[in-house]
Amino acid sequence: MKDLFAVIMLTGIYSLLSASFFVAMDAVDVAFTEAAVGAGVSTLLMLVAITITGRSENPARHKPFLALAVVIVTGSLLIYGTLDMPHFGSSLAPIHQHVTPRYINDSMQEIGVPNIVTSVLASYRAFDTFGEVVVIFTAGIGVLALLMVVRRPEDIEKINFLNESMHEKHLILRIVTKTLIPFIMLFALYVQFHGDFGPGGGFQAGVIFAAAIFLYTMVFGMATARRVINQSFIRILAAVGVLLYGSVGVVSMLNGKEFFDYSALASDPVAGQHLGILLIELGVGCTVTAVMVIIFFNFADRKEKSQHNENKGS
Amino acid sequence: MMDIFLNITSSLFLLIGSFLCLSGGIGILRFPDFFTRMHAVGVSDTLASAMILIGLMLQVPDAIVIVKLVIILLMTLLISPTASHALAKAAIHNGITHKIGKTGESDKELSSNP
Repeated sequence: MKDLFAVIMLTGIYSLLSASFFVAMDAVDVAFTEAAVGAGVSTLLMLVAITITGRSENPARHKPFLALAVVIVTGSLLIYGTLDMPHFGSSLAPIHQHVTPRYINDSMQEIGVPNIVTSVLASYRAFDTFGEVVVIFTAGIGVLALLMVVRRPEDIEKINFLNESMHEKHLILRIVTKTLIPFIMLFALYVQFHGDFGPGGGFQAGVIFAAAIFLYTMVFGMATARRVINQSFIRILAAVGVLLYGSVGVVSMLNGKEFFDYSALASDPVAGQHLGILLIELGVGCTVTAVMVIIFFNFADRKEKSQHNENKGS
Repeated sequence: MMDIFLNITSSLFLLIGSFLCLSGGIGILRFPDFFTRMHAVGVSDTLASAMILIGLMLQVPDAIVIVKLVIILLMTLLISPTASHALAKAAIHNGITHKIGKTGESDKELSSNP
């Protein structure tokens, strides 16, 4: 299939289907994140990317037989390596005998949050989640380093004029968007703080908040969005999220316990766990929102800059 | 008595919703043109999800879940027609034209058949 637009749409449909079979397998948190990220934001970012690269794939100039051979050998070695593992879903596997019962039995007394997924993600495995947040932050820095366009003041004036006249004809979309964006942001806040009791948490909330900002940008134009959302504030917000997450761990260490042991944060261990989970989910939400907005604005900036250069040249 | 009544009405709503969703799907496959297909699925899918949500509302015992379902219903009623509108606008912007209802060609075809 050569048409990249169709490929992106198929990827989005695949993400939505995998979200629905995650729901069928009772993994609602994962389904939520997959639907928000895969079927929503990721499809949109890839569509913005093909406005820059062009819509169809370049014809392949050589048949990649050597690459295919390497892939087949590596794949078969990996499959051979997994033959020693227990059968998929077998109840005799060590993870079902030792790890899972310990989490399920002790999570309520030790941490006191009804949602075990959040307690595993945010408290038992906080270090891994810290790694995820740092990876997201690094992706944002990478996009900034590669794609950031420095704007001069006279360019900004001309692009303002181009964009003002664009959205006059999208009346219905403008009104419905203006009505809906506060509710989308409110829902993002709800998901952020409700992660203890139901599906939710920082990652999903960050993606939904960023989706609200994308909707605003798409309907009202990049210039207006850039005036509403200050670029340096967004960059600082991304860093603040990771900093908040790390500081919680450092404060735990300064209070005498290990890194990311939240029981050191308050006089009562369970209250300390609640406080720790709240703070790190806040950090995760901040970083995810800011990085998504950075990526989208920088992709769209590239397209605008190249369009503007074409207009100046012609 | 109330339980039986609630169960029967909720299953009725769910069945009507599923039937509407199915007919929307058949409409996508059978209609000849982009705009007719989109109209079929836009109207029937919105009403189908509204029926299914009302059917689910009749099943739940506590009030907080009903409030959440009402909010989802209102959001769906607002967002789904807007999405169809955005699709149609994008189609016109990209130059997709309607195939049925063009008076010149179809009239000539009809009049040329004996």
